[in-house]
Amino acid sequence: MRETVLQVTDFRKTYGDLVAVDNVGFAVGRGEIFGLLGPNGAGKTTILECLEGIRRPDSGTMDILGIDPARETGKLRNLVGVQLQSSGLPATMTVREAMRFFCAYHDVAPRYDLIERLGLAEKQEAQYEKLSTGQQRRLALALAMAHRPPVIFLDEPTAGLDVGSRSELHTLMRELQKEGTTLIMATHDMAEAEKMTDRVAILLRGQIVATGSPAELTATGDGYTKVSVRSEHSVLSDNGTSFPAVRQRVVNEEYVIYYSVDPGPTVASILRYLDEKKDRLIDLRVERPSLEERFLELTNSGGAA
Amino acid sequence: MNAFVQHFTYEFKTGLRNPSLLLINYLFPLGFYAMMGLIMTAINPLFTASMVPALVIFAIVASTVLGMPSPLVEAREAGVFRSYKINSVPATSILAIPGLTTAFHALISAAIIALTAPILFDGDTPVHVGAFVGVTLLTAFTCASLGLLISVISESSRATILWSQLIFLPSMLIGGLMVPMDVLPDRVRSFSALLPASHAMELFSGWAYGRETTFNLPASAAILVSSGVLAFLLSIYLFNWDTRNQSRRGHPVLALLVVVPYAIGALLLL
Repeated sequence: MRETVLQVTDFRKTYGDLVAVDNVGFAVGRGEIFGLLGPNGAGKTTILECLEGIRRPDSGTMDILGIDPARETGKLRNLVGVQLQSSGLPATMTVREAMRFFCAYHDVAPRYDLIERLGLAEKQEAQYEKLSTGQQRRLALALAMAHRPPVIFLDEPTAGLDVGSRSELHTLMRELQKEGTTLIMATHDMAEAEKMTDRVAILLRGQIVATGSPAELTATGDGYTKVSVRSEHSVLSDNGTSFPAVRQRVVNEEYVIYYSVDPGPTVASILRYLDEKKDRLIDLRVERPSLEERFLELTNSGGAA
Repeated sequence: MNAFVQHFTYEFKTGLRNPSLLLINYLFPLGFYAMMGLIMTAINPLFTASMVPALVIFAIVASTVLGMPSPLVEAREAGVFRSYKINSVPATSILAIPGLTTAFHALISAAIIALTAPILFDGDTPVHVGAFVGVTLLTAFTCASLGLLISVISESSRATILWSQLIFLPSMLIGGLMVPMDVLPDRVRSFSALLPASHAMELFSGWAYGRETTFNLPASAAILVSSGVLAFLLSIYLFNWDTRNQSRRGHPVLALLVVVPYAIGALLLL
């Protein structure tokens, strides 16, 4: 069992009459990558902003390494690094100046190595307003990591990044995790969440509707495995064919797609049938349900699935 | 200390890098100075007597009250203060350091004016240099604090223009800069006592040049000091990190408290 570094209990936050987050609770362990997933307005950023000490919860408790973010913001600053969703830096501040500036306030030596690591070496003297969106986000990330905080919050960390930068960021996240840094990320990108997080919480209308590892979450719900088959003579397109453990069958152009609760017998039977009918298999794909599908299932059912 | 140095250095450079700030800190006051030196001294030779303090006050008010608030509001709107907050930059530094660097830029312009006007335009040099420097610093402090207060209470950068002009334009017209205080009608003079520029001009006349004045000078100095301190404290108290975050410690109307020293002065002391 990992040591708990972050604990949220019965958290509630309202803006006037709007209940942004209600009755939210979760815990994150040391060295864990925890994802907050949800559609726009689900409350992800509100949770992060309260954890970051930017806003105060209406009720409930938050604890980061023994610190209450709402009351002990001074102590909190050196414990957490934050990459805001909309982080602004002064327009005329250069990349190198930003590193020097924020490291001075954290009382640590400037981490110019991070500037190079995040592909900004050639932009060191460029002013913030002259950077592309991706470069601005990479700089914000470098600044969040510069004082080596034990907990880092990432709000949509790869939005606006190209493929290479995303990959570099993911590598960096894994390295931070190995060093024991806890990462909490809010994201819309389900593939990224599935690939990078150890556990996720799915938020809908300000409440957590599911929590667990991506594997656990995808194993719940309808849990169907998608088996897509394409053959030379399309004998499977015939409506009369049926195979064990199949719950649903869809014909999509040249592919016949089976949703199976037990893909082993299903695939074996399909291959046997093709052989019997002297049809040649061209393509066969077996896909577990993705986190995205589980997420859509939950959001479409209002969290009841 | 390192953080202060880094922040001060960056903000000072911004005053030169940002074209709008460069214009308002240097080109506008020095251009106006050159124009007034060439034209006004030809039209009204008596202007040489008040030229140096008038244009020093002009440079200070332009930089601090007219120029400083808008970039601060734009920074707040762009989320810069949020970034500062999550990176341990205290609110006091966010306000005090731009105030200091802007005052520093204004003082450079003021020094250029004070040192060149006697040579180029036959402007009167101050009799008491120490008093001249002291009044210049006091004026810069008071006006910078007012500029900060304007930036804190303004909802948008457009609103700063309104508030800034409420101080800047009357200062030019009835602050004793272009028209001597003693020729102003009594009612207008009472109104001019609500402006920091008027008190600064009187202090320059009395303490730096040893001339007759209309205002009570220790009272004027006390008004500038108290309004500067009050404006700075109110700026800290009313400071808001984030335009989206509506919770603030006090209503912006509290900023009107800064008028109190001037109002008391206008009613009782002058």
